[in-house]
Amino acid sequence: MKVLVPVKRVIDYNVKIRVKADNTGVETANVKMSMNPFDEISVEEAIRMKEAGTVEEIIVVSMGVQQCQETIRTALAMGADRGIHVKSDEDLEPLAVAKLLKAIVDKESPELVILGKQAIDDDSNQTGQMLAALLGWSQGTFVSKIELGDGSAKVTREVDSGLETIEVDLPTIVTVDLRLNEPRYASLPNIMKAKKKPIDEVAPADLGIDTAPRLQTLKVEEPPVRQAGVMVDSVAALVDKLKNEARVI
Amino acid sequence: MALDQDTLDLLLTTVHRFVRERLVPNEAEVSENDAVPPEIVAEMRELGLFGLSIPTEFGGLGLSMVEEVRVVQELGWTSPAFRSVFGTNVGIGSQGIVIDGTDAQKAYYLPKLASGELIASFALTEPEAGSDAGSLRTSARLDGDHYVLNGTKRFITNAPHAGIFTLMARTNADEPGARGISAFIVERDAAGLSVGKWDKKMGQQGAHTADVVLENCRVPAAAIIGGVPDMGFKTAMKVLDRGRLHLSAVAVGMAERLIDECVRYASERRQFGKAIGEFQLVQAMLADSRTEAYAGRTMVMDAATRFDAGEAIATEAACCKLYCSEMVGRVADRAVQIFGGAGYMAEYPIERFYRDVRLLRIYEGTSQIQQLVIARNMLRDAQSKN
Ligand SMILES: Cc1cc2nc3c(=O)[nH]c(=O)nc-3n(C[C@H](O)[C@H](O)[C@H](O)COP(=O)(O)OP(=O)(O)OC[C@H]3O[C@@H](n4cnc5c(N)ncnc54)[C@H](O)[C@@H]3O)c2cc1C
Repeated sequence: MKVLVPVKRVIDYNVKIRVKADNTGVETANVKMSMNPFDEISVEEAIRMKEAGTVEEIIVVSMGVQQCQETIRTALAMGADRGIHVKSDEDLEPLAVAKLLKAIVDKESPELVILGKQAIDDDSNQTGQMLAALLGWSQGTFVSKIELGDGSAKVTREVDSGLETIEVDLPTIVTVDLRLNEPRYASLPNIMKAKKKPIDEVAPADLGIDTAPRLQTLKVEEPPVRQAGVMVDSVAALVDKLKNEARVI
Repeated sequence: MALDQDTLDLLLTTVHRFVRERLVPNEAEVSENDAVPPEIVAEMRELGLFGLSIPTEFGGLGLSMVEEVRVVQELGWTSPAFRSVFGTNVGIGSQGIVIDGTDAQKAYYLPKLASGELIASFALTEPEAGSDAGSLRTSARLDGDHYVLNGTKRFITNAPHAGIFTLMARTNADEPGARGISAFIVERDAAGLSVGKWDKKMGQQGAHTADVVLENCRVPAAAIIGGVPDMGFKTAMKVLDRGRLHLSAVAVGMAERLIDECVRYASERRQFGKAIGEFQLVQAMLADSRTEAYAGRTMVMDAATRFDAGEAIATEAACCKLYCSEMVGRVADRAVQIFGGAGYMAEYPIERFYRDVRLLRIYEGTSQIQQLVIARNMLRDAQSKN
């Protein structure tokens, strides 16, 4: 089976995000970037499937600026087989990404696409669902366990009320949650070998997709600064404040 | 072959992350238990750390010296005990074979060293021969196609875990100095070889040293590195040149970690109504440490670049080892000062680092020996110009 794993280049999760002075977005110049942590989990899962013998080929795809190739390279170093870079200097919205992915799925015919449930930069949580709709495929979202069967897959979903297990027909779209697995470190020898694995570069136009934005960002702001707390000297004072000031009990 | 920038960046980022996510959180436990947990050793093996300096054709990474020091500076960020696990495979234990080994020796040992399946130790020091290593007494007497070894090696890093020893012994009894010495590859299970009990040390708990005792230990004549007797001291000195840069890089990495701890503490700890970092006397300590660490980083990079270009750098390597090991000592001392009482308490990492860095001024040539090497080379070079 062939698996497609989209990976997004985002601001590293350790970086303290700063809003640009003109409120048009967040500062990305000279900021450390790395693979979206959910996507690392997707890559790891695909590699485990390959190690278990159920998957023959893992294709990773990243969309965006030239440096996305570094993100692809990281996935190749972890164990993916080849990469596709859809090069674009535009901001790509979830719908545009889903359409581009559909075009790649049409070309590559994977039986499984594993995506992160969301990217930690804009937390949209849309791409996987949109891709399933565009392809007319089944989908299992927020997944913490995948068991591949013959022509179908059993997936466990993390839902508000607990864990839900469903069976989906292949081909299918899976979006992964944090508890699915613990991604490996790319080994140093594999990092060196990754350079020899191929990365194809394509433009959105080559895939016949118009990526013009449909959303307009009006303003990006820092969350409000937390107010300093007060110390209360007794339980009675606390209850009084909760009742009369905060009005929460 | 030098790595391209992308590959090197990815390699360094991976080590950077591994150090912070897997090693730093386990530092205190390693020190407490005097052992690196086996699962961490397995992860270090998986990652490929044992093969940093072993050529790619033997399954290693074949890093250039510049690349090696950059990786090692990353590793310096955490307890040196972790580095010690694979340190002798990267450095003093394996490099004799890499530099001067026969093809058969390389083909047989290097892949196992690169994977971490086999640990190599370097056994030069003896009870009566430390700084004056050339006077070593361990004897190797030819008996048919074997040598018979007798003597004791002291303070040998990783001896309790080693599968092989790069071991220096005197093959020429008539030559009391450095010229009569050969470097042997001695297997751990050679009859007549035993390893003493683990030494109790000031710091670097989790890394182990012990005596290696040879009593009529028979090793095949083919076990001499390079196959030619009496060349061992030269091999040992070549190994130490590279090792000195490696250790200098460790010192720089450790200094940077200490400085990071100091800056954080100085920003948070308040006295007299202010963060202590606002006091200029504290600022002076921070600034001195930063300046010296930067000088160290820069000189190591310069010497490594020259090494890769094929220059002879024995003097520069000694300068780096002298400066960086002394420098990190000063940085650690200031760190204790900035932390005040907390710097003296085992609850904070500073106290542990303070003890750990002390070793860097002693092994692989004391500071005094580095001074002698530097000055001797200076005078020799001046003479050869006249
Ligand atoms: C933790 C640890 C790990 C080690 N690992 C290894 C290992 O893996 N393999 C190995 O072979 N060895 C190892 N060693 C040994 C180490 O290399 C020696 O301890 C070191 O070379 C110093 O030798 P020494 O201890 O005999 O000190 P000495 O040589 O006795 O020196 C004592 C003092 O005298 C000074 N001194 C000596 N000669 C002179 C001189 N000519 N001029 C001025 N001052 C001088 C020294 O600088 C020092 O201050 C290790 C040591 C330690 C502590």
